[in-house]
Amino acid sequence: MVEIRIHGRGGQGSVTLAELLAEAAYYSGLMSQAFPNFGVERRGAPVTAYVRLDKKFIRLRSQVYEPDYIIVQDASLIGGVDPVKSGKAGIRQGELFNGVNVFAGAKKGTVILINTKKPASDFKAPAGVRIKTIYATGLALEVIGRPIVNTILLGAFAGLIGTIKMEAVEKVITERFSGEIAQKNIAAAKKGYTAISNN
Amino acid sequence: MNKNMSAKGGSAAGGKKILEGSRAIAETVNNCGVAVVSAYPITPQTHIVEELAKIKADGQGNFEYVRAESEFAAISIVLGAAATGVRTYTATSAQGLLLMTEVLFNVAGMRLPVVMTDANRAISAPINIWNDQQDAMTMRDSGWLMVYGETVQETCDLHILAYKIAEATLIPAMVNLDGFVLTHVVEPVEIEDAKKIKIFLSAWKPTEILDVKKPLTLGAFVTPAHYMEIRKELHDDIVAAKKLMTKEMVNFKKIFGRKLSLCEYGGAKDAGTVIVAMGSVLGTIREAVETHCNASLRNAGILKITSLRPFPDEEIIKLIGSKKNIIVIDKSISLGTEGILATEIRRVLYGKSKARITSVIMGLGGRDITMEMIGKAVEESKKTKEQVIFIGK
Repeated sequence: MVEIRIHGRGGQGSVTLAELLAEAAYYSGLMSQAFPNFGVERRGAPVTAYVRLDKKFIRLRSQVYEPDYIIVQDASLIGGVDPVKSGKAGIRQGELFNGVNVFAGAKKGTVILINTKKPASDFKAPAGVRIKTIYATGLALEVIGRPIVNTILLGAFAGLIGTIKMEAVEKVITERFSGEIAQKNIAAAKKGYTAISNN
Repeated sequence: MNKNMSAKGGSAAGGKKILEGSRAIAETVNNCGVAVVSAYPITPQTHIVEELAKIKADGQGNFEYVRAESEFAAISIVLGAAATGVRTYTATSAQGLLLMTEVLFNVAGMRLPVVMTDANRAISAPINIWNDQQDAMTMRDSGWLMVYGETVQETCDLHILAYKIAEATLIPAMVNLDGFVLTHVVEPVEIEDAKKIKIFLSAWKPTEILDVKKPLTLGAFVTPAHYMEIRKELHDDIVAAKKLMTKEMVNFKKIFGRKLSLCEYGGAKDAGTVIVAMGSVLGTIREAVETHCNASLRNAGILKITSLRPFPDEEIIKLIGSKKNIIVIDKSISLGTEGILATEIRRVLYGKSKARITSVIMGLGGRDITMEMIGKAVEESKKTKEQVIFIGK
């Protein structure tokens, strides 16, 4: 089983990305499961979503604690403190806002895909963890004209994992969007796919 | 929602799809040929009724969608609609279900075959929007049939079955699924189309309905001379529904190819320890037992309970009556005693089994249940002298 955790901020569509990934994986011949980390969503606050991929139907319903892949939609989430582990738990807004450890549970072999301008070497990854970076925001502005990074990252992740086919990615985008929006998002996914393949 | 964005999944046609649980339920309910839908949105039920509203707005639904000002109104509206002899549907969660309480008893007492989904959620206070099963368990004695889905597929299937049984027995049916865990998951599911469902679920032919041309009163005043008999009749009919459910589950398999059961045993046949549970946590339990993530899970059995009302007493005795150690996992509690399913299991096995039965409370208010915690629950239950334990991490 492959387990994926997605980190973003409310409004960035982390849950949508998880769903698109699961759908594309299913259309690529895998079984899949996507679900949000059921939080009290609000714009800008950290949001987590999960995806599982397997050859057989996925029965496990717990959250993902040791992901094989981590997708970070917003690099500004990195470096925040975990409010519980740091002993600073509270409802002061700033702490909750930053209280996310995107590397939590990363293990030997975990691949982390980060949306950032910076090169992978700028990030301090735990031992055995591989970091890949892609400037999805920039690519989205270029292709879609708006900083919506979902489909860039969807294509990039398909390129990264290999088992999700680009035809399936196009299919899920066409199912969810229509007309020009769908076309722009397909172009975005292709852009992400190419960018990660050349990375 | 953006005009260029369609809801998760697309059309209301049948077939194998990958869908959000809520959308899958909405499509299935629509394909069951409901005439009146009335609901009030509440997390985590909201997506189900939003998707039904969307199906209606997209011209794919043949039902009246009556907007309600509260859950009390929503259940009252479907009560009234069902009393005129049409197929009805509503859905709710938590506080919404509690607000319906008075009418739930009326629907059952008036013998109206309403089908309702409860997206199971914790009860306030403190306010909590996440999943546990306290809401529905609190309605256990309302006279409704109550079933629990393990997956999105099974929950959809149970809706089709619910209409069949409710209309045949004139007892309302509540289909439960774990809020968020199943309402918000996107997973593969087969959506049965209206044509196929019609083979299983023929039109409801009511005998006594509200009709201006042939006036009658439903749920009228009853004196001590008759009230007890009417209550006993409902009790007897709920018990008898078990036989019909078993029969219709066989028919269901013939038509749709998927198995349903009142309860089902899995895992090691010669197990000394059996874990009993309802709903989506069973998936995690199966995974934990099969992967032996904890030594105490070696050779463990699993008893899945799908039907809480009617409760499959004889089947349970047959399946686990000889087991030594029984662990009942509840996502609810009768405060001051123990888990509600645990009490049911104790009642059934009283005098029939020498098993040590431990009530384990888990997952309250959305606390995640991991495979490791299932192992710990079994371990702790063997050590403890308590009748009820809480496993939270």
